[in-house]
Amino acid sequence: MAETIIFYILGIAILVFSLLTVTSRAILRAAVYLLFVLCATAGLYFMLEYNFLAAAQLTVYGGGVVVLVIFAILLTSQIGEMVAKPGLRKQLFSAFAAFAGAWLVISVIVRFPFGNVPSSANQVQNVAYIGERLLDTGEKGYALPFEVISVLLLAAMIGAIVIAKKE
Amino acid sequence: MISVIPIQHILILTTLMFFIGVYGFLTRKNLITILMSTELILNSAAINFVAFNKYYYQGEMQGHFFSLFIIAIAAAEAAIAIAIIVNLFRNFRSVNVEEVDKMKY
Repeated sequence: MAETIIFYILGIAILVFSLLTVTSRAILRAAVYLLFVLCATAGLYFMLEYNFLAAAQLTVYGGGVVVLVIFAILLTSQIGEMVAKPGLRKQLFSAFAAFAGAWLVISVIVRFPFGNVPSSANQVQNVAYIGERLLDTGEKGYALPFEVISVLLLAAMIGAIVIAKKE
Repeated sequence: MISVIPIQHILILTTLMFFIGVYGFLTRKNLITILMSTELILNSAAINFVAFNKYYYQGEMQGHFFSLFIIAIAAAEAAIAIAIIVNLFRNFRSVNVEEVDKMKY
């Protein structure tokens, strides 16, 4: 019962703050609402018992990405500056497109026979298991994507420095 | 959690979140707010991976690792995007998509 209530509170928080993120006219506030959405998502991961993923979400998204976005906002606009309101026509057409897409996907989800959830126990998912999988070169290992993503992060870091450097 | 909440509710939640992101992507004109909309979209996709992993493939961890890699790629993408935005602001004094329309000035 308590889990149901917590899930719906998190869900409503995610939806409300997502809407505020895309409609708020003060950019800094939009960034803070985005932070709330990401923290509520981490709460969802905690409820699904993926603790490591929730911690990664909080540190990388909540700690890294949002801080980067806030820095960019402070560098490029005045505090208290409002973004221009989109035209009514554009708002209507975008809302129509979003509604049509959401209606299509939700109608498929509601009709699809998902079947019963298998109750397969013996679930090994502590952090030690995740670490072994990430560095395993065997059949269920993720060593290659792990290394590729480390090269990607290095390339992104160097690229960001080169792009943002003063001439 | 999985015994009390059907997976459809999680999927509907992420669908709505995805299309809220799409709405923001279509209406916003400021580059930073467009970036925030794409973060919403990526985040909803990551929740979907995790939900399917948890409900139907509990022994495996593929969805979990996909979400982990999505988070890492989103961080790299945000770093690059913000470097580009700062550079554009330096050259054009604006981060509005309608005013920034040249690759080189």
